Parts: sequence; structure tokens; C-alpha cells
Amino acid sequence: MQFMLLFSRQGKLRLQKWYVPLSDKEKKKITRELVQTVLARKPKMCSFLEWRDLKIVYKRYASLYFCCAIEDQDNELITLEIIHRYVELLDKYFGSVCELDIIFNFEKAYFILDEFLLGGEAQETSKKNVLKAIEQADLLQEVSHVG
Amino acid sequence: MSDVVEKTLTALPSLLSLDSQPGSAKLSSTSKLGNLIRGITELTSKHEEEKLIQRELTSIKDQVSSPNTSMRQMKELMVRAIYCEMLGYEASFSYIHAIKLAQQGSVLDKRVGYLAVSLFLNESHELLLLLVNTVLKDLQSTNLIEVCMALTVVSQMFPKDMIPAILPLVEDKLNHPKEIIRRKAVLALYKFYLIAPNQVQHIHNKFRKALCDKDPGVMTASLHIYLQLIKENSEGYKDLTASFVTILKQVVGGKLPMDFNYHSVPAPWLQIQLLRILSLLGKNDQSTSEIMYEVLDESLRRAEMNHNITYAILYECVKCIYTIQPKSELLEKAAKCIGNFVLSPKINLKYLGLKALTYVVQQDPKLALQHQMTIIECLDHPDLIIKRETLELLFRITNGQNVTVIVEKMLDFLRISKDDYTTIDLVGKVAELAEKYPFETMNTVFSLGGDMMQPDIPNSFLKLLSEGFDSDEEDRKLRLFAVDSYVSLLQSEPNKLPQRFLQVISWVLGEYSHLSAELEPATVMTLLSKLLDLKHTSSETKSWVLMAMTKLCEGGVAISVAQDIYETHSSSMDTVLRQRAQELQHLSQDSELRGRVLPRDAGLMPLEVDSSLSFLDGFVSEALAAGAAPYKPPHQRQEELAQAKALSLEPYSLSLPISMSSCSIADRQSPTLMSMSSGLSGDSTDLSHKGGSTTLKLDGVKRVWGREGYLAQREPVEETAQVEVPSPLRSPSQQAEADSTQSQTPTPTVTPELEQDKQQLASSLFVGLGSQSSVCLMGKSDPTPQRFRRKAQGRASSSGASEKTPTSLGSTPSPVDNLLCNSLLDSNLVSEPTNQTPQASQSLDTTNGNCHEELTDVKENNPSLIHNNEEPDKPKDLCLSSHLPTELSGLSHSEITPLCSNQSVNLSACHVQKEDSLQLVIFIFNSSDSALQQMQLQVDSGELKVNYCLSLITDSPVEEVRSHSVAVCHYSVTVKRPSVHVEVLGMLSYQLPGGTPQTIQFSHKLPLTTFIRPLTLSTEEYGSMWLAFSQDTKQNLTLINDDQDPLTTTLNVLKKKLQLHVVEIIGVEGIVACQLVQDQPCLMHCRVHAGTLAVWLRSPVPDLPDCLLYHCQRALQEH
Repeated sequence: MQFMLLFSRQGKLRLQKWYVPLSDKEKKKITRELVQTVLARKPKMCSFLEWRDLKIVYKRYASLYFCCAIEDQDNELITLEIIHRYVELLDKYFGSVCELDIIFNFEKAYFILDEFLLGGEAQETSKKNVLKAIEQADLLQEVSHVG
Repeated sequence: MSDVVEKTLTALPSLLSLDSQPGSAKLSSTSKLGNLIRGITELTSKHEEEKLIQRELTSIKDQVSSPNTSMRQMKELMVRAIYCEMLGYEASFSYIHAIKLAQQGSVLDKRVGYLAVSLFLNESHELLLLLVNTVLKDLQSTNLIEVCMALTVVSQMFPKDMIPAILPLVEDKLNHPKEIIRRKAVLALYKFYLIAPNQVQHIHNKFRKALCDKDPGVMTASLHIYLQLIKENSEGYKDLTASFVTILKQVVGGKLPMDFNYHSVPAPWLQIQLLRILSLLGKNDQSTSEIMYEVLDESLRRAEMNHNITYAILYECVKCIYTIQPKSELLEKAAKCIGNFVLSPKINLKYLGLKALTYVVQQDPKLALQHQMTIIECLDHPDLIIKRETLELLFRITNGQNVTVIVEKMLDFLRISKDDYTTIDLVGKVAELAEKYPFETMNTVFSLGGDMMQPDIPNSFLKLLSEGFDSDEEDRKLRLFAVDSYVSLLQSEPNKLPQRFLQVISWVLGEYSHLSAELEPATVMTLLSKLLDLKHTSSETKSWVLMAMTKLCEGGVAISVAQDIYETHSSSMDTVLRQRAQELQHLSQDSELRGRVLPRDAGLMPLEVDSSLSFLDGFVSEALAAGAAPYKPPHQRQEELAQAKALSLEPYSLSLPISMSSCSIADRQSPTLMSMSSGLSGDSTDLSHKGGSTTLKLDGVKRVWGREGYLAQREPVEETAQVEVPSPLRSPSQQAEADSTQSQTPTPTVTPELEQDKQQLASSLFVGLGSQSSVCLMGKSDPTPQRFRRKAQGRASSSGASEKTPTSLGSTPSPVDNLLCNSLLDSNLVSEPTNQTPQASQSLDTTNGNCHEELTDVKENNPSLIHNNEEPDKPKDLCLSSHLPTELSGLSHSEITPLCSNQSVNLSACHVQKEDSLQLVIFIFNSSDSALQQMQLQVDSGELKVNYCLSLITDSPVEEVRSHSVAVCHYSVTVKRPSVHVEVLGMLSYQLPGGTPQTIQFSHKLPLTTFIRPLTLSTEEYGSMWLAFSQDTKQNLTLINDDQDPLTTTLNVLKKKLQLHVVEIIGVEGIVACQLVQDQPCLMHCRVHAGTLAVWLRSPVPDLPDCLLYHCQRALQEH
């Protein structure tokens, strides 16, 4: 995977994770273009897009769009499921997640993503294990705050 | 120490159960970040946001540099800085502090520090060097979490040159007792391998150890490395094939812990990774391939569940099977899989099906033959991505016989494509085809397409020629070839060539004949001058020819030819020709001037554009002062200017504005049109402008509705017809009749014709594929499931109906029941043509997914589906309509459609059209023996929570439904944004006494037509509204031919079916108006032209014209 973007229906970026080194200018350009293209698509259209030499896989969950860029030979459907698994993880962690959870706790969303995908590859696909790792770090936080 | 930490860590989650809300996840509403976010959402303008963020950034900057800021506070500041960066504001001052935080903070502050670093910097950033020591320290930490964080950041970004510094430490971690550390270490090494393969060469044997790790997670991680290694050198890893096969076997056989299941499929990511590795290993290697046949078969067999994840595995399997050495049994199964994908109603699967077809079609062209009808349908798919992939597929099956049709399809696509990348790619492909299947490709296109072709096809071809491809040498060869082939064409029989082709020939000869050494300009001149003498050469073509000659007139003979031409044409009746002849004469005399006006190879020079024609200001003001009427540009003048990127044919090109930058390949007018419109741009009416353009411009609309409104009184309609209808002798209706007898025999249903068209297209697209001839294909096209699904629905429904009467109704089949059942069927089928089976119930969907391949399956499944639906419906159908809300009971309602059902509830819906809205009624029938409690119905029109396209006003919340009774929910619906079908999604949650809460979901589609209402207007009102609207669509529709006036009949059909208001019909033109509830008007102008109905729609609402047009087409087809 080359990058993952989360943005709202209004086109506001909510999360961005780049797995390839790009300059800020390029990142901004790509984000702008993709947000526009994806938002312009109708609900019943295909979740896959050809964009430059990449494949874009996107899915909308409520008001949020999850959008991943993969290479041509990668499997589109499994990418869709990666998105879904990530949403499941967020959902489990936040307890029926909504856009606000991600806006206000985006750093948490990043931590979960880092535990799930590492360097653009699925690192740990077991829901239990990912959350366990996050919980452990979180709990340490609680303990240290209390203490 | 580490043991203690570990114990605490593992014990803690059980103390605080995972399912309860983690305290930290609550909205941090009181935090500073919370304030910032709320502050931003309250702002109204971008400018305000900018100000706020700048203020925020300054405050962050002050605080981070203050020595009193604690690491805890620093952490909070970093989070805010990340947020500002995400909004697109640079916070580079904070980068160094992020690194500091990672370095000095406590374990938890570090976490944010590392996150900030990984988000702010990329691997080439120089500050990253400062992180190396921190990482080194953390890798050696006894705290697991610190090690994890260090490994995480390392596998995301690490300066290449510093890898040796930490490599030994990372290597050590491969032996760490905790699997999470081993896994992260493997991924870090994978990252190192990607950025600096040489650095990790010596530890290849350690990768093997990771592959054999007892933890499946670590093993999975090592596969990333192996995939990469095998990609680069498959020979070196053949010995591992058996191991990979064994792993896959175990995974498929469900030997992994349940944790690895995803939606009850065992470790799908691992499976796919393995399949990819296997396909690389088995490629071109018979013996290796043989090892994997069995497990592939097993994978295919196991992946039967209908879930995306299994499709993902199947797709990978199919790809693998077609990549390795073929085995016929497997190929057969894989082909069947592809068939399932292609025929799936789910668009994502369809896309992958096409992609798979594209992948395999070179090996197995017959597979494309099997799905030809689907492919043809995909060519017209509204989603460009599907279209694009179909073209890709066609590109792969191109042969000498079908190249013309395929190239034409590609050009069609080029015309609508807006994306540069696609355009470049596709143009390249067309060019490749043109090269592969010699130049005759385009010659055939032109000869066949003839004058019916859109003007932009020759233009895009000429553009292709002039802009060229990658290498100059290729370009030169291609152009030379074009010149040679055209010269020989002209020498043989030029009088048979269509006008447009002649125009192309003239341009190419004018521009490139100098490339050919043997060819004297005089020879070309003579050839061209013969064209001028031909009787049927149109004046438009003549002006192309003259322009070409202007470029060529060099040397003695040529000049004398030019002189002759000038003499014959200087007195021509046609002003344009006269002007061209003048130019020819002058420029042939003055070769220096000619060189300046018409430089060679000027096609690519960017031209300065002055679209306001400011250089004419003086002329205009003079004319105005002299009492001339102010100039009113024709409606599309601006557009034409933009479109008419000329190919530097005319002498005006230097002085006259021709937009170069703003034009796309698609939609361009011919260069002559450009020159003519520029030549006449000073004129103050659009009449003369049109006189010159003869057949090119076909919009008679302006004649009736001019800038000031309705002009019918001033200009009789007949005149329009004379100018534009090719043969004014025949009345439009006669002509339409004649046309219809030529092309089609009027039949009650349109589908067979459509089908015929498609089959014709199919036969032209798929010729030369496989051994079967297209004839026999046509002969037995019946069994294609697609066909069955489209047309045989009547059959299916009737057989379904007759089948179920005895079984379900028992003794007395009442007519009411039958009627309702039929309507149930109908409503199911109505949505079929759009290829979306109502996804109301999952079961319906999955059954469809299963049964596409076999006709018989469909037949068997359909009745049973109906049966399922119908049985529980029976008791309620009779009485459902009596439950309509009182205010609606007097009005006529649509058929009651079942939405979804389970063992305890049945949901159905109907709608009632009111003048200002659509009333949607949802019936909830409790078929269980106990009451439904805490019932909640949510209706929504996007996915999940959003409420966008529709505004819904509920007025009847019901909470409890007694056993065997019906609750009714009533909504008032209006459209906010038009689309062809508006989908309503809903979810019902309820609880049976003593049971757990349950939910059931449904979706319901309402065609846009249910929201269309007539709009009563006078012709004058129409005229003024017409001018005010900006959204504009034109298309030709089929005319309904009967004995009387086809226009009136057609409009009446539309009026009846779509509730349009026919404002007025004058001769061959008619105006129609309607509105989308509420108050969103759409106007339609119809004109009978050449046997079709040319309609022009305008509306202030985007998409409305297109959607309405779709429904008009449907209505006329169904008629």
C-alpha cells in the first residue's frame, strides 16, 4: 500500500498515512485530486479507481471516506477488506465509532493503524491482538497518570 | 524487570474488560485540541480558519520553545501541531521538538513523539539522523512497549545510511521471546530490504528462520520479504515451493488459531500472500506447478462463501491458475469463477471479472467470447472505470478483423474522458493499434465512418499525428506512411472517399508531404486540384483543400497551378472559398510571407490566446458609434472558441485567438469551422454564421428561441428545416418513416432490436477469436444468462406464479393474491435492468451471486425466492393497503413492495405521489407470536448514518407492534440531488420479549420519475426560463412512429409516463417542461431530425437533465 487517506464528505482530511516518501507539496496535490475524484463518484459506482499508475480503493462509512492507494498487481478486494478491518478495529476500540471519535482522538486512530499496518503491509490481522497491543500501551498511560 | 512488566501487561486487560469503554477513548472535549477543533468547525470561511490556525501555531511555537514546558504538555502540543499539519498548515518548527519528545519523554510521551516524527518527516529528511540514537536506546530498552515503538518507527522510515547502526539490534530481536517483537523485527528487515537490499543480504538464512517461526503472525510477516525476493529471482527459491504449499494447505484446512479468521475465513491475507508467491514460483515451470495443483483446487473449493473476502481469494487463485503452467481441470474451474465475477450484479466483482478476463484473454480468447454480451453491456456502463477496463480487455483481443470497431470504441471513450492520465494511456493504445494493424486502421475508420463521423474523430487523429508519440523517428515514419498511402488513394479513385476523409487527407498532405523526398509539391498540388473539380466535393472540403495548397505552393509548376485555381475560384459564390483562393494567390506569390504565416511543424507551438478579441475593440466601437446594433454572441460561441483548437491550417492562426491550452482532444470542431466563425465574428447575427457551416451545426433551436425569447413569429420554422434537414423535399414524418423502415421494423417491444444491435456489435467485436465463427455464436446466444436475466423475466415470473399457485395457496387461489404476487414479482424485476437486484435481503443477493452461471439455477431459484417472500406476505397483503395513513388513503398508491423479512417481521413499502413531495410508507408486519418491543425504524438515504440526498420528516414513531399486526411508518420525501434512482436505506431494530435486540436492514429504490411533476408554463415563460438555465444536455432519442404525427405521439408517451407538461408543439419542434419536487424545473426542447428526436434539456440543477434523459429513453424503449 502506498498511502491511506481518511476524509469527510465535505472533503476535510481526517487522517493521512504515507508509506512512500513524498514531498509535502506532492502529498497535498495528491490529496486534493483524490478527494475531488472520490467525492464526485456516485454511491453505486465501483469502489476501485485507476488513478495515475495506481489503483485507488475507497469505501464510504457513514460520513467518512477511507481511501487506499495500491499498486496495479495488488488485490483490490483484499484492500477493501483491510479498510473494513480497520473500521472494525476502530469500532471495537471506540465502541461504535463515529467521525467525531476520529477527529478528536486522531492520534489513537493512528496508533491503531500503526499496529495493524506496518510500512504499508498488513502486520497483524487478528483483531484481538491489535487491540491487545493498543490496550497495553493505553493502560500504561492510565497507570502512569494515576501514579 | 521485563518479566514483571510483561506480567502486569498481560494481567491488566482482564481487569479492565476489553468490551467496556476504554477511558482514554472518550471525547477529549475539554482539551485544548477539542477547543481548537470546535473552534474550526464554528468558522464560516477559509480565511477565518487560516487566521485561527496561524494564531494557534504561534501559540504552539511559543510554548514548545519555552523551557518550562513539561513533556506531558509537549505531548499535547504535538498532537495539536499534527492536527494543524493535517489541515494543510506547515508546522515545521515543531519537527525538532517531536524528535526531542521521542527522545526525552516518558514511555507514553514517546509514543506521541514517535507518531509525530513518522507523520512529519519522510525518510530523506535530515532531522531524522537525530532520531538514530533514540531508536538505538529504545531498541535496547527492557520495556517491551519502547522496543515496539522503536521497531514501528524503524519500519516506517529510517535513513538508509544509518541502517548498519541498528541492524544488529534488529537482527537480535528475531530471537526475542515475544512474537510481537519478532514480527515487528521481520517487518523492519523487510523495510530495510526494500530501501537497501545490499545491507541485509547476509541475513537471508534468518529470514528462513522467521518463515519457520512457530507463531503464524511472524511467519506471515516473513512472506512479505519472500514475495519480494521471489519477484526478483524466482529460481533461487524453488526449493521452498513445497513448504509454501504445505502452509497454504494448513491454512485452508483451518489449522490456524481462530484469531486469524476473518469473517470465518481462515487467514485470508496469508492465503493471498501465499497464492501470489506460488504464482511467481510456478510461472513457466511445469514441475513446480504440479506441486501446487492440488492445493489450488482445494482453495477454489473451500472459498465458496459469498463474502468479499472469499472473492478476494478466488480472484487471486484464478490469477495464479492462469499464471502457472496450465492444467485443464483447474482452468475450467477458474474460467467458471471468472464467469461468476463478470456476471455478478455487484459492480466491484464485475470490475474484477473484467480485469481477470483481461488478464487471461490472451491465453484463452474463447472466454471473452462466452461473455461477449456482458462485455458489450459493460462498454455502455455508466461507470467510466468499468468502461475503461472493458476497453482494456478489447485492446487485448484486437485482431486485424475487429481493430476498426475497437479503435472506434476507444475514440468514443477519449471523447468523454477528462482524466489526462487515461487519455494519454488510451491514445497510446490507439496509436499502438494503428501501428500494429497498419495505417489502414484509420483509413478504414474514415472510409466506413464516412460523413456520419463526429468531427472530432478526424481531429483527434490529426492531433495524434501532429503531436506524435515518443520518438521523432517513429513520428516521421508514421507521417510519411500517411502521406504515401494518401497519395496512392488520391491517385486511384478519390471520388469514392467521404468528405471528412478528404479533409484529413488534405491536411496531412499539406502539412507533411514535404517529408517525402520523391514527392514534388507540384504533384500533390495537381492531385489536390483534381479534388476541387470533383462534383460532389463540398465547399467545406474545398476550403480544406485550398488551405493545404496554400501550404504547398512552392516552385514554378505549383505556382501556376495556384494561379489557375485562383482564377476559377476567385469568383466563387462561396465567400469562404473566395477568401481562401485569395490567400492562396497572395501567399504563392510571396514565399517569404508564406514562411512566416505558415511555418512548418507549427502544430505544437503554443498560441497566445486573446479570447476577448480585444484587438477588435476599436472596430467595434467605431461600428457602434456609426449606429450598428451591439453584437450578441450566439449561445455557444465561447465554447466553440475553446473547442476549436485548430491545427494551424489557416493564415489567421497567427493573428486570431485560438485556444490551445483549454482544449481537450474530445469535442473539437473542425478547423474550418473555426476559421469560418472567426472570419465572421464581426457579424452581428448568428444567421450568416450558420449559413457557412452547412451540415456541421445542427441546432435549430436558436431559431425558435433566440436570446430575447421566443422567435417563432419572426422566423417560420420551415426555414430552419430547409437549412438543416438534408433533403427538404421530404416531410419530416415521411423521412422518419423511411428511416425507420430502413433500420428497423416496428415491433411492440424494443428489446429484440436492442439485442440485435448488441449482437451485431458483438459479432464485429469478437470476430476472429477462437475457432467458432460469429454466425454460430449468434445462433446459440440464447443460453447466455445475461439474456435470460434481461428479457425472460416475464417468462420467469409467469412460471413462478404458476408454480406456486398449487403449493402455497392450497385450495382457493384468490385473484387478489395472484395480483399481488405478480406485482411483487414485477417490482422485483423493475429494478433488474439497472443490474441491481434489490439488495433488501442478503439472501436474495447471495442467491443471485450463486446462480449466474447456470440458466437452470436461476430458474429453480427464482420461484423459491418468490415462494419465500410470498408465503408470509399472504396474510398481510390483503390488508396492508388498509393501513395506509388516513391522509393518503384516498390517493392512489404504488404497488406494495416487500423490502425484507425474517422469521418475525416483514417489511414492505409503497409510495404515494403528492404534488409537492413523495410520501413513503413502510409497513412493518409482525409475523411472530409475540409482540415486538422497543422497535425503532431508521430511514436514511446514504450509507449508514448520513442523511443527505433526501430530507425525511418522520411523524409517527411506533414503539411496539402486537403479534400479527401491522405498524406503519410514513415519511415525506423530497429530492435534494437528483440521480437516476434514489435509494433509501433503512434499519429496523426491535426486541422480542425476553430476547436480545435484533436488527434488520433493507434498501428501497425509488426511480427519479416518482419525483417528477408537470410544470405548467406558457411559451413565453418557457423562453425566458430557458435562457436562465445553465445545466445543459443534448441527445437523440428514438421516435415512436405511428401513422400520425410522430412528434406528438412521442411527446404524449413521455407526458403519460413521466408526467411531463407539453407546452407547445410547432411543426417539427416541441417544448416540454417538468419539475422535480420541489421546485426544481427542467425544460426540454425536442426536434424531429433525421428520424430521431433530438432533445435538448436545460435545468438549473446539475445532473437533472441527464437523469431525466435516462428515464425518457427508458420510457420510449418500453413503449
